[in-house]
Amino acid sequence: MSDANQDSQQAAPKKKNKHDFSENNLPLNINLSWCKACNICIALCPQQIFEPDRDGRPIQTRPADCTQCTICWVHCPDFCITSTVK
Amino acid sequence: MANKQKKLLQGNGACVEGAIYAGMTVYAGYPITPSTEIAEGCARELPKLGGRFIQMEDEIASIAAIIGASVTGRKVLTGTSGPGYSLMSELFGYAYMTETPIVVVNVQRGGPSTGLPTKVGQADTMQARWGTHGDYNAIAIAPSTVGECLTETIRAFNLAERFRTPVTVLLDEVMGHMREIIELPEKGDHEVFDRVKPTVPPEEFEAFAMTDNLVSPMPSYGEGYRYNVTGLTHDVKGFSTNRTDETIQKLDKLFNKIEHFTDEIFKSRVELVEDADVVFISYGTVSRAALQAMQIARKAGAKVGSIQLYTIWPFDYEMIKRATKNCHTVVVAEMNMGQICHEIQKVLDPSKKLETVQRYDGEIITPMELLEKLEEVL
Amino acid sequence: MATTEKQKSDVMLKYLRPQKSFPSVWCPGCGNGIVMGAFIRAVDKLGYTNDEVAMVSGIGCTSRMPVYLDFNSLHTAHGRALAFATGVKFAEPKMKVVVITGDGDALAIGGNHFIHACRRNIDITCILINNHTYGMTGGQGSPTTPADALSTTTPYGNVEKHFDPCDLAKSAGATYVARGTVYHYPQLEKIITAALEHKGFSLVEVIANCHTYYGRLNRKGDAPAMLEQFKENSITTGKAKNMEASELEGKFVIGKIHEDAVKSEFCDEYQKLVEVQKGK
Repeated sequence: MSDANQDSQQAAPKKKNKHDFSENNLPLNINLSWCKACNICIALCPQQIFEPDRDGRPIQTRPADCTQCTICWVHCPDFCITSTVK
Repeated sequence: MANKQKKLLQGNGACVEGAIYAGMTVYAGYPITPSTEIAEGCARELPKLGGRFIQMEDEIASIAAIIGASVTGRKVLTGTSGPGYSLMSELFGYAYMTETPIVVVNVQRGGPSTGLPTKVGQADTMQARWGTHGDYNAIAIAPSTVGECLTETIRAFNLAERFRTPVTVLLDEVMGHMREIIELPEKGDHEVFDRVKPTVPPEEFEAFAMTDNLVSPMPSYGEGYRYNVTGLTHDVKGFSTNRTDETIQKLDKLFNKIEHFTDEIFKSRVELVEDADVVFISYGTVSRAALQAMQIARKAGAKVGSIQLYTIWPFDYEMIKRATKNCHTVVVAEMNMGQICHEIQKVLDPSKKLETVQRYDGEIITPMELLEKLEEVL
Repeated sequence: MATTEKQKSDVMLKYLRPQKSFPSVWCPGCGNGIVMGAFIRAVDKLGYTNDEVAMVSGIGCTSRMPVYLDFNSLHTAHGRALAFATGVKFAEPKMKVVVITGDGDALAIGGNHFIHACRRNIDITCILINNHTYGMTGGQGSPTTPADALSTTTPYGNVEKHFDPCDLAKSAGATYVARGTVYHYPQLEKIITAALEHKGFSLVEVIANCHTYYGRLNRKGDAPAMLEQFKENSITTGKAKNMEASELEGKFVIGKIHEDAVKSEFCDEYQKLVEVQKGK
């Protein structure tokens, strides 16, 4: 991840979240068996809700911040991520 | 019989008539001497029948387009000559691998390269068997009259559909341009074979299923089967594989679906070989000279027979063995530097002499040349 | 791999081949997957059935895509996808024929078929994923490798000039031409949808990342870094209109580049001819 990327993400103001996500009510289903740990979702998430696990795969560590903006799941090249919201 | 329509046609024109009779509805091609009349005929006739003609940007595109049309369920044709046939080689392999029925008419001219575009040759005989890379089996047939151009083209379509494979019709410049009056067949005169379609529901369908005759039923695109067509070595479902057992199974299938049915595919005209001292073996235009030479020689009291090969590939070695068992000399006549003569040599009893008459100067072999050879060997 | 219950409701699952195992063969982060997602969502939005879509490809990383999708798939020979697709469409005009191809496949070995498919204006949608290199064979120079860029066959920098596929398609006669990147996803899905809806030959060029070869050799970083560069280096068609050619050097002009709704489509024209000649 480039520094420029980091800066632009941190500069973005965090949106107010209409969802009520938490550790027990995660915003996303992640099919880790299809995940290749490419880091795209982690890098592109404007709210930085993910952190990589030991293998580089995304863990939803800040679920409450997820705004369901779609960026992670449309950019996932392996279709691992879907929303838990119907 | 008496009411049948008669037409003065070139061999190339008769191929068009035969293809249409067999149900060809899509033609894609590229102009090349001496085959162009096939494209022109199809451009003229197909729209009238609701069919489709397209002139592609080259021969590679032409064979690609007809393979694409064939998977949608159409019977397809392209016509070409040496250089175009060479360009098609790679996708011939694709059609073998994907088991897609197509018919290609190769009106042979002198080669190699641009060679003698307006002159006759038969030097693509081996190319019709071995033209593309890898292991496979091929079907190639060769008519010798304008009437046979029509009937053999029908047979080519039947074989392509029956065996799910490309079939080459080997014409030559003389055959393609020679004009003869022929009777046009009516519906029902000749058998027309259509590819076998699957009867199982899509969820049970295997695109390249191993069947008793090794030919898998073939659905058309849009019929609900949605199978994968790939030039990669594939399993019975059509998905690529690197497994040794599946690779062997696939290649054996490609080879044996033709090899095991040589009897069904092979066609020849065997004349007066029982008591013959000398037997001519020939195919295509040369067979006309061979038959005439045989008749002249017989009238003069010489015991001469003739074998004309209508099916070149697969080659029926057993039949050659049987038909040559009583003679002492075989004369193989072909318009090249010696191609099919090597196949004959493989099976000919060592006690018998193999002689050849070959021309590769762009001119046909005449009956006189064969009679001269006969005088030498009798 | 087994899929979770939740995933089964996902639109992707409607179109992924149940017989294939996932994940795909592509490298982690490969842009091909993002384009595949955009294509699937576009097809779903348009309500096409699986049966009416024929997906044709040639050889290369990109060309592996149809194998994963539950359409009529034709994985052909290198460069020839558009020629095969022409046969499919011409023989069966009611099929939605989509060609998925790469820069090497479509523009080098298949360049002739590319311009002639454009010229005919046959109703095929061609999605050209441009990663500026040959990925499958290991990072060789392609017709879109920029001047001076490194590849395994231009180890001292590329001395050749590159093609602009969109300009090429437009001048050859294509009637819908657009460019997107794998970073600009909403736009990508939109232009693929528009291309599918367009009657005539449509080209969507998608700038995608091959960080494994092109990115590594040219020090462009990993997949997220390359996506970020696409963001930085892209200019919309609207903005580009008022810019000098020199300012656009090395930039990706994205959005709809050309549309012609008037020019007649090849299969339609042939059908008209058939209607006139039929039975004559």
